[in-house]
Amino acid sequence: MDFGPHLMLAAIEGAVAAAVLALTALGLSLVFGVMRVVNVAHGEFFMLGAVLAWAVAHLVPGPAWAGYLAALVLAPLLVGLLAAAADWVVLKRVQYDPERTIVATIGLLYILQQATLMAYGPEARPVAAPFDARIALPWPEWGPEGLVLTWPWGLGTTAWKLVVIAAAALLVALVFVLVQRSRAGLVMRATQFDRETAQAFGIPVARVFALTFALGAALAAIGGVLVVPIQQAHYLMGGDPLLLSFIVVIIGGLGSLRGTVVAAILIGMSDGIVSVFFSPTLAKILATLLVAFVLIFRPQGLYGTRAA
Amino acid sequence: MLRIEGIDAYHGRAQALHGVSLEARPGEILCIMGRNGAGKTTLLKAVMGLVAVPAGRIRLGEVTLSDLPAHEVPRHGIGYVPQGRRLFAELTVAENLAIGLMTRGHGAATRERVLTLFPRLRERLDQRAGTLSGGEQQMLAVGRALCLEPSVLLLDEPTEGLQPSMIGLIQDVARQMRAQGVAVVLVEQRLEAVLALADRVAFLETGRLRSVIPAEALRERPDLAATYAGVG
Ligand SMILES: Nc1ncnc2c1ncn2[C@@H]1O[C@H](COP(=O)(O)OP(=O)(O)O)[C@@H](O)[C@H]1O
Ligand SMILES: [Mg+2]
Repeated sequence: MDFGPHLMLAAIEGAVAAAVLALTALGLSLVFGVMRVVNVAHGEFFMLGAVLAWAVAHLVPGPAWAGYLAALVLAPLLVGLLAAAADWVVLKRVQYDPERTIVATIGLLYILQQATLMAYGPEARPVAAPFDARIALPWPEWGPEGLVLTWPWGLGTTAWKLVVIAAAALLVALVFVLVQRSRAGLVMRATQFDRETAQAFGIPVARVFALTFALGAALAAIGGVLVVPIQQAHYLMGGDPLLLSFIVVIIGGLGSLRGTVVAAILIGMSDGIVSVFFSPTLAKILATLLVAFVLIFRPQGLYGTRAA
Repeated sequence: MLRIEGIDAYHGRAQALHGVSLEARPGEILCIMGRNGAGKTTLLKAVMGLVAVPAGRIRLGEVTLSDLPAHEVPRHGIGYVPQGRRLFAELTVAENLAIGLMTRGHGAATRERVLTLFPRLRERLDQRAGTLSGGEQQMLAVGRALCLEPSVLLLDEPTEGLQPSMIGLIQDVARQMRAQGVAVVLVEQRLEAVLALADRVAFLETGRLRSVIPAEALRERPDLAATYAGVG
């Protein structure tokens, strides 16, 4: 295959990575923005989404798509409930103190990981995509007769990857509408800005925090459900999304949702492309280097308003 | 009627209020005077449930406000204009008002009344609160509190740092609220402002209530402010 078509394949891999990363990082960013909590356990919510997708898909009888659809609804819901409970019994108890929440969420990370290991086991398990179609992609070329489309052998992708990209884009748009346009979003933004004054105007900050933490976790879980047909469910799979989400949130600017999405596309695309042409390890090294540069030269991130 | 009954309040381990008792009556302006650090802001925050009240209680009619979580206090009709305004600076004027309208009030009608009171806000509904001038920010802070249709209005140094024309406007609003039967509690450092507005004056000194006197008594003997609270 020529370089052009090869790059296009890599770009699709990158777009899938970017799509899932945008969801996961948006959850982390939302939680940090509104609650000022650095959630070290965020990757475990992603992992739980994937593992629960496997469990639900196996419990629901009938065709593969039915199980998968059930998982798409149930896994984020269950993970959201779990997160709300964790907020109530752990984060609220330490009064959202920045240092203590870091330690508490590290504890949460190990509890969730080890509990999954005990209940689900160390195996990586696949979940079938709801449909299994491959799409051959055309490659445009300028010939003597102008633009012609050719179908190079091997240039194709699974329809599922395109669905993942579309679903993530839709969900990201929904999160923006929720935060920027809805009443719930207004309450979240007011709480983010000044939680004491928010209370003085009747906003139940404790409930807003529980719901924000649940929403952030559910976004990571949906990311996990969407990738599980591509990447198998495994109890240690939360590490990379956590690292990359942190990278994205720092590059985008702490607390800026727009910056988070832009940085997710940047990091996701480069991660996908570098992984295809070179190696996933090199991709992580580059992303980490980029964060170091951002922290040195633009500590507020791309869209951040104040220095972090 | 808002009744503050023998409350203590702390910041960490430092006691900021010692057994303060005070009442705010409908249709009057109660001014609170005292030096910086006397506990005036802490007293208003205690009413709002924003600082804990381990001793004493605060009641509004039959409701014991000091037993409620902070976010339920404004539902009973307490409007709060914090010191330093504390607007949601990154939200628009309209959004700041919407936050006030969420809890109580009567939606569109209340909003209309507030915007009639402060026509400048109507011109700037889509502007971010943080980009308003100081006077406009104070109008928004007061307007946001009035969105709750309060029966008790707490104002913490609302004219601090404002131009005289703005000060007049804010004072007019306080008088209008009094005329509508609202209990207005106004923390104010400047004697002439207190003399212009107050029905009664309470003096705080290092967290203790020194004295509550009718405003006429202060008009006759302005030196009482210095005697009771070291201000004026
Ligand atoms: N958040 C806080 N943390 C610690 N101490 C505080 C805090 N707020 C106020 N204080 C202290 O409580 C006392 C009363 O403060 P405050 O109520 O703000 O006084 P005032 O409004 O009369 O100037 C002061 O000694 C002040 O230093
Ligand atoms: Mg004060």
